[in-house]
Amino acid sequence: MDAAAPAAVVTRGLTRRFGKIVAVDHLDLTVRTGELYGFLGPNGAGKSTTLRMLCGILEPSEGGGHVLGIDLVAEPERVKSAIGYMSQKFSLYDDLTVEENLTFYARVYMVPKPERGPRIQRMVRLADLGGRERQLAGQLSGGYRQRLALACALVHGPRLIFLDEPTAGVDPVSRRTFWAVIRRLADEGTTIVVTTHYMDEAELCDTLGFIYQGRLIAQGSPARIKTEAFRRTVVEVAAEDLRKAADALSDWHAIEEVVRIGTRLRLIMADGPSADDVRAFLEHEGLAVNWVHEVEPSVEDLFVSFVDKERKLRLREQLGAV
Amino acid sequence: MVSRLVGIIAKEFIQLRRDPLAVTLALFVPVVMLFIFGWAINTDVKHVPTAVFEQSGSLEARVLLEAFENSQYFTIRYWVASQRELTRLIDEGNAKVGVVIPPDYAKQLSRARAEIQVIVDASDPMVATSAMNAAASLGAARSLDVLTHTVEGTVVRRNGPPVDFRVRAWYNPDLVSAIFIVPGLIGALLMQTTITAMAVAVVRERERGTLEALIVSPIRRWELLLGKIIPNLFVAYGQMTMALLVARFVFDVPIRGSLVLLYAMALLFMWGTLGIGIFVSTAARTVPAAMQLAFLTFLPSIYLSGLLFPIEGMPRGAQYLAAAIPLTYFLRIVRGIVLKGVGLGYLWPNLMPLAGFGAVVFTLAVFRFRKQLD
Repeated sequence: MDAAAPAAVVTRGLTRRFGKIVAVDHLDLTVRTGELYGFLGPNGAGKSTTLRMLCGILEPSEGGGHVLGIDLVAEPERVKSAIGYMSQKFSLYDDLTVEENLTFYARVYMVPKPERGPRIQRMVRLADLGGRERQLAGQLSGGYRQRLALACALVHGPRLIFLDEPTAGVDPVSRRTFWAVIRRLADEGTTIVVTTHYMDEAELCDTLGFIYQGRLIAQGSPARIKTEAFRRTVVEVAAEDLRKAADALSDWHAIEEVVRIGTRLRLIMADGPSADDVRAFLEHEGLAVNWVHEVEPSVEDLFVSFVDKERKLRLREQLGAV
Repeated sequence: MVSRLVGIIAKEFIQLRRDPLAVTLALFVPVVMLFIFGWAINTDVKHVPTAVFEQSGSLEARVLLEAFENSQYFTIRYWVASQRELTRLIDEGNAKVGVVIPPDYAKQLSRARAEIQVIVDASDPMVATSAMNAAASLGAARSLDVLTHTVEGTVVRRNGPPVDFRVRAWYNPDLVSAIFIVPGLIGALLMQTTITAMAVAVVRERERGTLEALIVSPIRRWELLLGKIIPNLFVAYGQMTMALLVARFVFDVPIRGSLVLLYAMALLFMWGTLGIGIFVSTAARTVPAAMQLAFLTFLPSIYLSGLLFPIEGMPRGAQYLAAAIPLTYFLRIVRGIVLKGVGLGYLWPNLMPLAGFGAVVFTLAVFRFRKQLD
């Protein structure tokens, strides 16, 4: 990451309205060249609308920005050629082979003919698809399909790539392999903007941006987000009588939020009490506690802590649907 | 730009090749369709089973009955001895036509005024009309009165004029249905292929999520459409060629006019039908829905275009509808070129409606398609 390099994505007051609804609300976003940027938000927060504008397929209602130095509003067609895009649908032709899929996208992105062969070979290596060139895409398993989709998005050698929930519905092992590939790409200098719902994935990013109701509500490195912006402890509790425990805990000022998840309670606490304090508190109230431990905050926890109280309930509902 | 177009076209052909069912259907549907329509649907009535009550036993009567048989419209199956037996055969449906020759037929004929009775089962109007006309013209040729009775009891008296008139059927002298229907089927076939294949080609991409990737890519809308239209035209022309070969060599349909003109006119026709296909693609979310919708647009064309039934015989409202259907005009063009061998000089009145339909529908469809992708 070169601090002096111009940013890969810069937006100023980027806004998109659909009728009366403001999907993206004066968004100022900066993605530095060569970074792996995690774009987080619940469904309907404006993530997809933002991505579509950054890809040059949706015109902003107001404001604008530059992608790889190209003006989004003035030259959307040039933006399209310069970037790569991969959606969670993977966009592969099942009845075409691995090689044919790559050739197709290479032609669509106008990769000059002499470069096409070597480029496709490189993509096959990058996505670890060696030996499967003649296999039909439809016969590949989830992880391979996912990496082929990535290879197709990269076949024209874009310096910036947008990945829209690339790991949705893929098994954990494949997810890890996939992230190793994109981490390496970023380290080699490709700027990557990725949306995800998984905390473990978010932590692999260089920068996280949280979007809610069309606005950027927090941004920073995962460590900074967790230690500075979040600064809360998340504890899970299993008690005999969950309802009584929840009632008791809700009255405790140290606790910001109590959510019931199945047979457990999840507590978000401002600095202060630890897991042991929670146990002591509950036992003091005369409630039987099975176990209490501190857990890693999830993307949802971070989110909830960033929005104001009255929005919290609605947001939890939205996140529950994710 | 060329690379992108080539990319789409190459991809479409690979997909077509990978789908053996599609290839089979594309090549054999025309053949099957031609056979079904060309052979099974036969609107000429020939070899109608006939019962004869011959009471004169004269040579003259035998000559008359031979003429009946030679016309090929009648096949004498029963010789009966009473009027009652004749009625029974017709009532049972074994005979569709009864011929009654009076005992004094020879004597009547010598007085130049003979009367025979032809009874026709009019419950099947097509048979009845055909038989009545055939009998009347046979009678006319012999200057006799043929008294035709329909089963409903109406009596039609046809006074044979003393002149010998002959009707000549041009272009299709033997009045074979296949010759009329088969060229028309080529139009129906092109229509079905272009609408369905075009709609499915687009909807399939949307259903599988690949359209999304194409929208984000630098590909232009027109490149995407043209990339799908060109392989589609290829298939359509392949089918048309196949159908013409079957028409020529299986059904002995004479091909009298210019094939180049026919292929060029087909392109004009497909301009509109591809437009319908694109329209359907913008309205359907799934492939089965697209196919049903395509079928729906196809149905009125089959019945109203004059493919099977003459437009002249339709109620006024249906005739107006027929005038709005491109197949109506294309059928006149195909039949004109194939059966009459006529050129543009005669066909031009059909060109404007086709071009107009193509311009309007295609433009609107492309507009809707573009709007939907934004």
